[in-house]
Amino acid sequence: MEKDEKTGEKAPPMILLDKVGKFYGNFRVLSECSTQVAKGEVVVVCGPSGSGKSTLIKCVNGLEPFQEGEILVNGVSVGAASTDLPKLRSHVGMVFQNFELFPHMTILENLTIAQTKVIKRDKAEAEQRAAELLHRVGLHIHATRYPGQLSGGQQQRVAIARALAMDPICMLFDEPTSALDPEMISEVLDVMTELAQDGMTMMCVTHEMGFAKRVAHRVAFIDQGQIVEDVSKDEFFDHPRSERAAQFLSRILHH
Amino acid sequence: MFGNFDFQAIVRGWHALIFEGLAFTLEVTFLAMIGGTILGTVFAMMRLSSTKPLAWFAGAYVNLLRSVPLVMVIFWFYFMAPYIGAWIIGAERPVQVGAFASALITFILFEACYYCEIMRAGIQSIPAGQANAGYALGFSYWQLMRLVILPQAFRNMLPVLLTQTIVLFQDVSLVYIISLPDFVTIASKIAQRDNRLVEMYLFVAVVYFALCLALSYVVRRLRARLTIIR
Repeated sequence: MEKDEKTGEKAPPMILLDKVGKFYGNFRVLSECSTQVAKGEVVVVCGPSGSGKSTLIKCVNGLEPFQEGEILVNGVSVGAASTDLPKLRSHVGMVFQNFELFPHMTILENLTIAQTKVIKRDKAEAEQRAAELLHRVGLHIHATRYPGQLSGGQQQRVAIARALAMDPICMLFDEPTSALDPEMISEVLDVMTELAQDGMTMMCVTHEMGFAKRVAHRVAFIDQGQIVEDVSKDEFFDHPRSERAAQFLSRILHH
Repeated sequence: MFGNFDFQAIVRGWHALIFEGLAFTLEVTFLAMIGGTILGTVFAMMRLSSTKPLAWFAGAYVNLLRSVPLVMVIFWFYFMAPYIGAWIIGAERPVQVGAFASALITFILFEACYYCEIMRAGIQSIPAGQANAGYALGFSYWQLMRLVILPQAFRNMLPVLLTQTIVLFQDVSLVYIISLPDFVTIASKIAQRDNRLVEMYLFVAVVYFALCLALSYVVRRLRARLTIIR
């Protein structure tokens, strides 16, 4: 894969993780994590809490440093010291568990700030793009409100729109529905489903197995910092190969 | 006892007291608040920096200045500044800093320590997720600070910053020891000239009390308003 670094766009997988390992001090959080997400593919990463899935996805856009292996996003090495991380991140959308909208800005400002400051769009263009996306997630009437005035589900939809406003080449979701009340989960999953159907490349850490069944192409199961299983969706749900994945599934699907 | 009081001294000295003395005090307070907040914010970012020497320097500076009484800092700075200035620019003779500039620089440098600790608490009160969200959008460190973290930190800490400014406002009276024409110094000069010490100092105390009370009322109102928004 290293050879593709120069030619960039020709690298086949959009996201490639090659034997990624990470430590907190002496404590090993991730070991030998390898997987990939092709262009247009939706990969769901799941696993028990504390297994390292959030850490893994934060490594993908360099929010968490890692010590071993390599991650390439669209052919660019995330770990390399020479990589312009802000530039790389501006192409990679990310949605967080706690939404992380900027509470001191209106919804519209949340959507335009990075467009104008990072990719230097002019204000009118940024606002137009923001309006389109707010329409798409059904929240355009809230454009002048502040995040604190919106429900959790609405905030998460705004957060998705904020990431999309940068016209990302792929999207990372870090447990996007875990902080939501049950009745709000579906409105967020609907937006994500629609996004997947539009062909967006997505890597989603989530416990929503219904969503995984509906839209994922592949499922990566992670336990104790290792990717135990990395198979197609049907194979994962019908014939989980590892005992730990089978256990996890039986527990999570029972209720 | 109050029968012997003669408040005519205040009426006679009114103009100098308010338009020279109090104006000087308020001017130093205001400028030191602005300068101290800016410098304090820079120190706060340094203290929280992952670059060890920066964090160490800011920490040492803050701890050193906070361990020295303000009177000593004013005193030392007033006499040392001309020599330090000369040493910095490599001049032969001490630099004329001027009383006002000397006082202002002293208060900025001193109050920056307190503003630094306030801003540090403010920055640390912003969830780490906010920084992640900013970085994930492609912000640089400076953009993240300027657009996301500092506006929130500043807003959260505004009541505390203003409370510190009330302390600063009172502290400015310490320039009395280097005879700068602040409110207290002018009042004391008039008091000694007219031999009306008690009346004059009573007046000064009442003015300080009224202004501080008004400001702390503003802070209380602000605190209530800001907590609703957050």
